[in-house]
Amino acid sequence: MHERSDLMNFLFGKLSLEAIPYHEPILVWTFVVAAVIGLGVFGWVTRAGKWTYLWNDWFCSIDHKKIGVMYIILGLVMLLRGFADAIMMRAQQAVAFGDSMGYLPPHHYDQIFTAHGVIMIFFVAMPFVTGLMNYVVPLQIGARDVAFPVLNNFSFWMTTAGAVLVMISLFIGEFAKTGWLAYPPLSGIAYSPDVGVDYYIWALQIAGVGTLLSGVNLLATIVKMRAPGMTLMKMPVFTWTALCTNVLIVAAFPVLTAVLVLLSLDRYVDTNFFTNDFGGNPMMYVNLIWIWGHPEVYILILPVFGVFSEIVSTYSGKRLFGYASMVYATVVITILSYLVWLHHFFTMGSGASVNSFFGITTMIISIPTGAKIFNWLFTMYRGRIRFEVPMLWTVGFMITFVVGGMTGVLLAVPPADFVLHNSLFLIAHFHNVIIGGVVFGVFAGITYWFPKVTGFKLDPFWGKMSFWFWFVGFWFAFTPLYVLGLMGVTRRMSHFDDPSLQIWFQIAAFGAVLIAIGIASFLIQLVVSIKNRDKLRDTSGDPWNGRTLEWSTSSPPPDYNFAFTPVVHEQDAWFDMKKRGYKRPESGFIAIHMPKGTPAGIILAGISLVSGFAFIWHIWWLAGLSFFALVAGAIYHTFNYNRDFYIPAEQVVKTEDERTRALAQQV
Amino acid sequence: MASSASHHHAPPTVNADGTPAFLVMGEHHVEPSTMLGFWLYLMSDCLVFAVLFAMYGVVGANYAAGPGPKELFDLPLVAVNTSMLLFSSITYGFAMLEMAKGRKGAVLGWLAITGLFGAAFIGLELYEFHHLIHEGAGPQRSAFLSAFFTLVGTHGLHVTFGIIWLITLMVQVTQRGLTPENQRRLNCLSLFWHFLDVVWIGVFTFVYLMGALR
Amino acid sequence: MSARMLRALLTVPLIALLSGCDWVVMKPFGDVAIQQRDLIVVSTILMLLIVVPVMFLTLFFAWRYRESNKDAKYDPEWHHSTGLELVIWSAPLLIIIALGAITWIATHTLDPYRPLDRIDAARAIPADVKPLKVQVVALDWKWLFIYPDYGIATVNEMAAPVDVPIEFSITASSVMNSFFVPALAGQIYAMPAMQTKLHAVINKAGDYEGFSANYSGHGFSHMRFRFLGTSGDDFDAWVAKVKAEGGKLDRADYQVLEKPSEREPVRYYANAEPQLFDAVLNLCVDPNKMCMRDMMAIDAEGGMGLEGIYNLSRLSYDKPRMRGLAQLPSTRDYVTALCAVDTASQQTASLSAPSYGSAARRLAP
Repeated sequence: MHERSDLMNFLFGKLSLEAIPYHEPILVWTFVVAAVIGLGVFGWVTRAGKWTYLWNDWFCSIDHKKIGVMYIILGLVMLLRGFADAIMMRAQQAVAFGDSMGYLPPHHYDQIFTAHGVIMIFFVAMPFVTGLMNYVVPLQIGARDVAFPVLNNFSFWMTTAGAVLVMISLFIGEFAKTGWLAYPPLSGIAYSPDVGVDYYIWALQIAGVGTLLSGVNLLATIVKMRAPGMTLMKMPVFTWTALCTNVLIVAAFPVLTAVLVLLSLDRYVDTNFFTNDFGGNPMMYVNLIWIWGHPEVYILILPVFGVFSEIVSTYSGKRLFGYASMVYATVVITILSYLVWLHHFFTMGSGASVNSFFGITTMIISIPTGAKIFNWLFTMYRGRIRFEVPMLWTVGFMITFVVGGMTGVLLAVPPADFVLHNSLFLIAHFHNVIIGGVVFGVFAGITYWFPKVTGFKLDPFWGKMSFWFWFVGFWFAFTPLYVLGLMGVTRRMSHFDDPSLQIWFQIAAFGAVLIAIGIASFLIQLVVSIKNRDKLRDTSGDPWNGRTLEWSTSSPPPDYNFAFTPVVHEQDAWFDMKKRGYKRPESGFIAIHMPKGTPAGIILAGISLVSGFAFIWHIWWLAGLSFFALVAGAIYHTFNYNRDFYIPAEQVVKTEDERTRALAQQV
Repeated sequence: MASSASHHHAPPTVNADGTPAFLVMGEHHVEPSTMLGFWLYLMSDCLVFAVLFAMYGVVGANYAAGPGPKELFDLPLVAVNTSMLLFSSITYGFAMLEMAKGRKGAVLGWLAITGLFGAAFIGLELYEFHHLIHEGAGPQRSAFLSAFFTLVGTHGLHVTFGIIWLITLMVQVTQRGLTPENQRRLNCLSLFWHFLDVVWIGVFTFVYLMGALR
Repeated sequence: MSARMLRALLTVPLIALLSGCDWVVMKPFGDVAIQQRDLIVVSTILMLLIVVPVMFLTLFFAWRYRESNKDAKYDPEWHHSTGLELVIWSAPLLIIIALGAITWIATHTLDPYRPLDRIDAARAIPADVKPLKVQVVALDWKWLFIYPDYGIATVNEMAAPVDVPIEFSITASSVMNSFFVPALAGQIYAMPAMQTKLHAVINKAGDYEGFSANYSGHGFSHMRFRFLGTSGDDFDAWVAKVKAEGGKLDRADYQVLEKPSEREPVRYYANAEPQLFDAVLNLCVDPNKMCMRDMMAIDAEGGMGLEGIYNLSRLSYDKPRMRGLAQLPSTRDYVTALCAVDTASQQTASLSAPSYGSAARRLAP
């Protein structure tokens, strides 16, 4: 390696051509494929002349519905990336036995399992649930948008900027080789001197800002903007779970932000928070990151509990059983989720009493969770269950999730955890609850609300294909991991000596292939449904005989959601309206006050991305410049007072008349 | 004011003919959520400080065989510094009182004084930091100093952004007067400013006073 | 006995069946691990009491109340039943109360820090048996075992006589690892500058696997060692072999050994410096470094004041171990050594080495 001139060092920091992994064929091919797809999309949009449309109507849109859809698209794209990592790991572990080292050296494999965890949690699961909440919550509470629409747009783009940073690490430099929580001292500068951990830190920091602000936003929305009459105990259950989730976000993400700041100070300015020497305390990191990390898993699971509640009630044609106990269960889980963090490290030598305390608090969480399962069960009881695709996901969830819950409680028994901690049993457990819970719930939710978003249903055949492949694939992929865990096989291994284990890894790899078919089926389902949209069209706005307010408006809803704000009398407001002879007004429409779109969010997030990149590579001039630009840009934005407008009455009349005609045709 | 008060009346739940009212037939005004949202943000910020305090609590006595608070902290200087921030909170309060009376000039005056107090606070803090680093007691020297610089520095960074925000608002009030938007913004900054004051009282007690007693 | 209980009991032989072959967690050979296995089985059965009915009811309700089944009762407004709510909250509650009680007791009896009070379910510890002390250091990426009573040390292989309590003291040189021999007992983390403890006993002679159960970097996958459970005589022979074949392990040797390396072969050291583990734990194998113990004592007295400021290179531990880059030149000043390292303590094996062979047993009353 030749010495670089000072000027080059100044201009490019640690960045050099050697950071481009052109010697790694896997990455080169990934880049080629990504570039081809990217150019294809770019060319297609250009040829269609849709850039202005995309920019104005989507990227700069502050409409919560469009932002919700963009979150889901982000989640889907990143799911493909995260799943590619998963398949690579499964393939490596299926072949790397004895003399065969597999095709991924540790240097590469270690990045893959780190990226897989980070991506699946932060850039798949989080965008999915945030997207669902963004889209559905304002509609369910009869609002026209969220409390802070511009902030909402900014939050989305910050999350995206974090995701982009992770993707950049594929082709410039490398990602962290530390595991998804980057425990020091391993993640400290001494034991991870490369840029990988810096990519990790900045991606999570930038996305974390987005998540936190989105939490504040939705919280304020739910507290302040509910339709008249919608008291807390008349809120739809999904909105309740969204409320609790956002409480958790606001109360947990600052801890992540702070602990990552401390880690970055250790890495950038040689402080000694988590180092071995100079009085540092790595255990403090482990505690802090799990004080964020445990609530985080409830941030993911609570909203899908809400999704399942909506679905099970709708397709059973029945009021939700035990609404109040459902709400209390959610609140209890929210509170308890802060009292269990230590169960992630029983094996780090805490005393028996401390371990027992955290073990038992963890078990207690299973009580409200169990109550929820029973509530869904008794909602089905004496119902008329329509097995549409969302209901399939729900039943699949109930069967799968109880097993994950059971192994979770098992892991909460400290002496049992001593033999199962960090084993593949643990991996199987949390995939059991995250796939069987969050992923199934997200797919159920997407299928359920898709006709609301687009005005046509998803094709049921491919939906069923997707469900069955996911469901069967899940059990094929993770039952072997439970078994391997009981054989004492630990996680994050890139090579094994014992050939008798291989068969289990091969079964798991087969399961991953089934899941791949499940994902492909979902994508095919999207394409087929768009192609057959006229056949799948729903003009009623209420294709499932829904119960909550989002089904009272048209599909897709107009920009303003509701021409008139609904007044709520009962829990299932829309069902109540239908039951008591609500008639949709066909005249008397007035102008509607709405917020205006702005490019501020995407621009500021773009600058943050540049800033993060510059910090990662120690390009100090660019880091300083972009940080200054960020502050200046934010200030500049505050000088714009012209932030709202009225949709003229004629426009509202036109939109509503179209709906009147559509409804008339339907009959 | 009369019209805005009427916005908060609950809409009728029954129509004139006795049927249930399912819609607000007319413009439905939503209560503004800015103050709630900003307060939520402040609470989350509070948690950032809570983590930094916890970190200081855990490693605050790990001097790594180096200097401790007794040798390093200059309590009279910190006392002066603290009074700067406390005064700035009072003067911000005066600005808010003037805002309620609608006196733009007085608001700007008190804001300027507040900003100067804030700047004095930052100046003294920078002096303290510079002095410590010059002595060799920089944030790298021990976990105690890492936690000290980070906690105090994060607070200082917040005050710095507060000052930038304050200047921005002064420009905006000058340009547009005490419009409802600007009043809302001044209210938010007020929350922020007092919040930093409260955090500083924690820092002063927990770090400096208890450090001197240790 | 209800059908539910019966079903639960039927799962016991099933689990026993599955625990054949090489499911080492379900079929371990050390008393601690056996108790942990039993706990897994008992907890699972307890939870199956509720999980199985839930799964059954889910499928049953899904089938029974399908839309096409017009015979099933349809009650769209039925949404509350105080009695039922009581059941659905109290059923999990009861199970968790039972499980919580078991957890509290088991966590205390199986606390790795607690010295053993039995050899297995049937036998208490004989009064004359002296526990075997083993000091474990997780290095990048291999395991160092020091037997302080014998003055020997090994890399990537350890041995212990059956039915003798073992006292592990565990630490690490650079990053976090986890010390785990599934056949013997549950794992415990090995962390730099911290000491964890583990008490365990192996009840059957055999050649078992041990490894790091916490990812620690590039060579992690091969950070494995052999755990030999031996008869008392074999153990004595093994000690003799280590003494015969091995060289010395002093501070300088250790500093070479601790450098990152992968797939290290088994090594024996006949002469391990007695203070070595203590020095590793206190980050002061390099005699120029200040021991953590001393540093903490100084800190407890309020630090060393302004004079201590430039005493830096004596404290820097991580920097010289930097991975991925060549050794950094020390940019920090070096001031004075405050206290000399006790190099005179480099004596050989202590005289108190217990023997577990048949000769020893004959002497026992």
